[in-house]
Formats: sequence, structure tokens, C-alpha cells
Amino acid sequence: MIFFLIIGFSIVANDTPNDAGGSILITTYNIPEGTQKIELYRLAKGDTIYEEAGLIPPRGECEDVSVVDGVEYLYRVRAITEDTFYVAETKEFISSSPQWFNRTRITVLLFFILFGGVVLVYIELAKKNPKGLFIRKLPALDAIDEAVGRSTEMGKPVLFVPGLEGITDAGTLASITILEKVGKRVAEYGSRVIHPNFDPIVMTTAQETLKTAFSEAGRPDAFNKDDVFYLTYEQFGFAAGVDGIMLREKPGAIFLQGYFYAESLILAETGYSIGAIQIAGTNATTQLPFFVAACDYVLLGEEMFAASAYISREPRLLGSIKGSDLAKLAILCLIGAGVIFGTFAVIANNAGNPSYLGIFNRVLDFIARGNG
Amino acid sequence: MLEILSVWIAGGLTLCIFSFLYGDNPVYKFAEHLYVGFSAAYWLIYVWHFTIKQMVINPIAARDPGAWMLIIPLFFGFLMLSRWLPEKYSWISRWSIAFTVGIGAGLVTIGQIQGLLLPQLRATILPLATGKWTTNINNFIIIIGTTTTLTYFYFSRKDTGIMSRFSRIGIAFIMIALGAAFGYTVMARVSLLIGRMVFILGNWFHIVKPL
Repeated sequence: MIFFLIIGFSIVANDTPNDAGGSILITTYNIPEGTQKIELYRLAKGDTIYEEAGLIPPRGECEDVSVVDGVEYLYRVRAITEDTFYVAETKEFISSSPQWFNRTRITVLLFFILFGGVVLVYIELAKKNPKGLFIRKLPALDAIDEAVGRSTEMGKPVLFVPGLEGITDAGTLASITILEKVGKRVAEYGSRVIHPNFDPIVMTTAQETLKTAFSEAGRPDAFNKDDVFYLTYEQFGFAAGVDGIMLREKPGAIFLQGYFYAESLILAETGYSIGAIQIAGTNATTQLPFFVAACDYVLLGEEMFAASAYISREPRLLGSIKGSDLAKLAILCLIGAGVIFGTFAVIANNAGNPSYLGIFNRVLDFIARGNG
Repeated sequence: MLEILSVWIAGGLTLCIFSFLYGDNPVYKFAEHLYVGFSAAYWLIYVWHFTIKQMVINPIAARDPGAWMLIIPLFFGFLMLSRWLPEKYSWISRWSIAFTVGIGAGLVTIGQIQGLLLPQLRATILPLATGKWTTNINNFIIIIGTTTTLTYFYFSRKDTGIMSRFSRIGIAFIMIALGAAFGYTVMARVSLLIGRMVFILGNWFHIVKPL
């Protein structure tokens, strides 16, 4: 076999831009005709023998992700045809390194600063005057009093399930605020709240929250720490356990608040079968249909956060809801302006003026770039 | 022999769980407690083996480069245990919770903007005069659906007047989406049931051909 160093067939190696390091981007140009495969070889500085680093796909570009940051490499490629092969190599050493900023996500940063800024401003406003910020009341909030009251009248306990996510989930945090309100009502009415947990940290947070709620209602003695307990970290084991509690304790009111997965329908159906008032709330959009079908009241997605802000009147929550409302208004305006301009751009393009359509597409590209 | 035994146990426990359809009974109770107990024990072993041992103890014992960084999560982990201390000191555990919540919130914020907000925004800014009437209608439905749904989740005004009309259209779109998702998932659940029935009738009773 004879090999050729042909003019034109070349390789360029660069540190992969906008990454966390550990990768060098290899690009080959003018791949010889009839190439069946392109082999990649790598030589680390100080070594004497090139080592195999895989194959380059037919499009001629690949990322070598088996490199070590800071180590310098030379690259060589072999384009193999049926009867010969061609070689190209880099002349200068190249090394990989992580970048501080991923420039492809500049749109994300822009929206983050914009919406984050609005939220911060509203939090400050809420701190100065919490009563000045209006949030509409949600029907499910009135239902909390009704459900706890009915449960107490029937001499049955209240069951509160905080979902299957950890304390870092926004839905779980919102559920803790709702738990506080439920806990206060339960303490005032002299009832009992059962709180099975999937996550041990959520359990400790719930214990503390209920303890505070009972104290604020003037009934610290009525709080039973053992009613807030850990069940299991297995999804359907947890579902089976909660189902058993529902059947044996027969709660009059069930609160399914937090992030749920496939067990949502199992829980809601069992709750329905024992005739309890069910108030659900989740930010898991995939599970909302089951709660809507089987529960009496449902807090849909962001309504949960609004509910927790309404209940607590906590400036940070109020400010977040108000800020996100303003962000929604901005998005609505952006969509409106975009649709009008896009329609105009298409009409202008059909009339022989493509420049507006070019601008429209560039704006869309800019927004899409946030997807990385 | 062991395989036959495991099939009998799995099949028997499946029937125990299915007995819940009749109502609460001792057989279901047995399976439920067994499941909850076993899964809790399983996760204890899992966390010990794959998290504490493999990610903390082993690297420290092997003196891996950078293993000193594990002191930080270890420190926060120990702080969580302060919940068992008297009330005077138990508040220290909040540091760990605050740390976890802070990181979670930061990650979620970026994820939501990048994964949900921007793609939806990009997919909604659509022209209404594409030259093809079916595409125009499709675009119109997407724009109206997104904007009215957003209006439904606007909490800063009372749900009356024009806002109420828009949000009613929005809730209609939400319910259509939820209905479609419900149907889709029910189909998936039926397939799970078929899987269990094939296991019982095929692998256990050999009435049908096992998968």
C-alpha cells in the first residue's frame, strides 16, 4: 500500500468552544474521493507514538472527548480508500480547556437578567408594602377551610401528601407553604394531620412547619411528631403505603400537593373511592390530567405558587408572582409584535422584498439560540 | 428451581396487590407492608453502597486527587444530623437545606428558561399569511392557545371582564391538552396491565405464550 500526503486534504484541530473542557474539535477539509473511512490519531506532547483516537464520521468533523485539559496534542488523520490512504496532520500543538461563558446561551442570560431583575424589583416593593400588591384568590384556597372543617365534623383526620420530589423542587416548597395553612386550620379545629413522606429532608421540613403552625394556632400540645413520618424512597412502594393509609385511616380530606409521577392516578383514585374531599396541586404537567379527573379542586402548575404566595403574603413569594406576571405580559407583547411583524415580513417577501423576512428569521434564530 | 420459585413469589404478590380492587384486605396489607419494608431497606443499602461508600469513603480512602473537596458535602451532610440535637442547635441543619434549595432553584431557573420558555416563544411567533390556509389556521390556533393560556395564569388582576373571557378560552385549551395526555397515559397503563396479565397467564400458569 502506498500513502500520499496530498495537497488540499487537511486537518484543523481547535479547542471546542463554549464547553466545559475535555474536548477538541477536529475538522478535515477536502476529503479525497472514494474515502471509505477516516482514522484519527493523537500524539500527546512528550510521547513518541501516535495513539488511535477513533474514527471521523463521513461529514469530516468530530469532537475528541477523551483528551485531558491542559495536555497538548498533535493530530493526524488517515483517509483510507479502496487501494491507498492519504494522511494529513496538524503542525501546532493544541490543548483543551473549559470556558467560563457559553456564548450560545446568551439569550438565556438576557431573559434571566430581564425577568430576574423584574422579580427583584417586585420583591423590594413587596417588602415595603406587602398589602399593596394584589394577587387574585383562587377557588381551591377557600376549599381548604371547607375540606378541613368537613373532615373535623366527620371525626376523620386530614391526609397531606407532599409529592415525590426533594426539598429543592419548587412544587415541594409551595406545598410546604400550603401545609402551613392546612396545619393551622387543623390545629384550630382540633383535628389531626397525617403526613407520609417520600423524602427524609422534606419530612424534617414538614415536621418543623407543622410544629410552627400548631404553635401559631395556640395548640402546640396537639402536634404529634409521629404523624409526620418517612415511608420509603421507592415510588410505587410509597404509593402502596399511602393507599393503605387512606383505606385504614379513612381521612375526610386529602391534600396531594407537590411534584408527582405515575402514582398520581393511583393515589387520587383511592382517595376518590373513600369519599374524601381531594385538593390537588402540582407543577408536574404530565400528572395534571389525573388530578383534574379524580380530585375536587386542582391547583394547576403555577397556581400552586400563586396560592402559596397568597397564603403566606411573604414578600419574596409575592414579588416572584408579580414579577412573573409582568414577565408574562412582556412575553405576550413580544408574541404579538412578533406575529404582526412576521406576517408583514411574509407579505413583503411575496411582494418581492425579502429583507424583512431576513430580519424576522434572524430574530427567531436569536431566540432559538437559547436552546444551545 | 430458583426461577420457578421467583415466578411463584412475583405472581403471588401481583395477585395480592390486585386484590386491592376488591378492597382493603389482609392479603393486600401483607403485600403492601412487604413492598414498603423491602423498598425502604433497598434504598438504605443503595444509598450506602452507591453514594456514601462509592462516592465518599472510597475516594477518601484511596486518596484520589481532589478527594479533599468531598469534605464540603460531607460537612453539610453531618449538619443535617444536627436535627437530632436539642432545639438550641438543631437549626444548624437549615444550612444544608438552604444550600440544597439554593442550588436547586438556580438550576431550575436556567432549565426553565432554556428548556421551556424560549422554545415555546420561538414556536409561537408565527406568521399568519403563509400562503397556505391550513398552515395559517394551524398558526392561529397555536398563537391563540399560547396567549390565552398565559392569560389564565395571570394573577395580578381579578378574573373578570375581558380577562375572564380570555382565560376561559385558555382553560379550554388546557383541558384539551390534559384530555389528550390523559388518553395517552391510559393507553400506556393498559399496556402495563397487559404486561402483568401476560406474566401471570404466561410465565406462571402457562396458559398463554410468555413474552
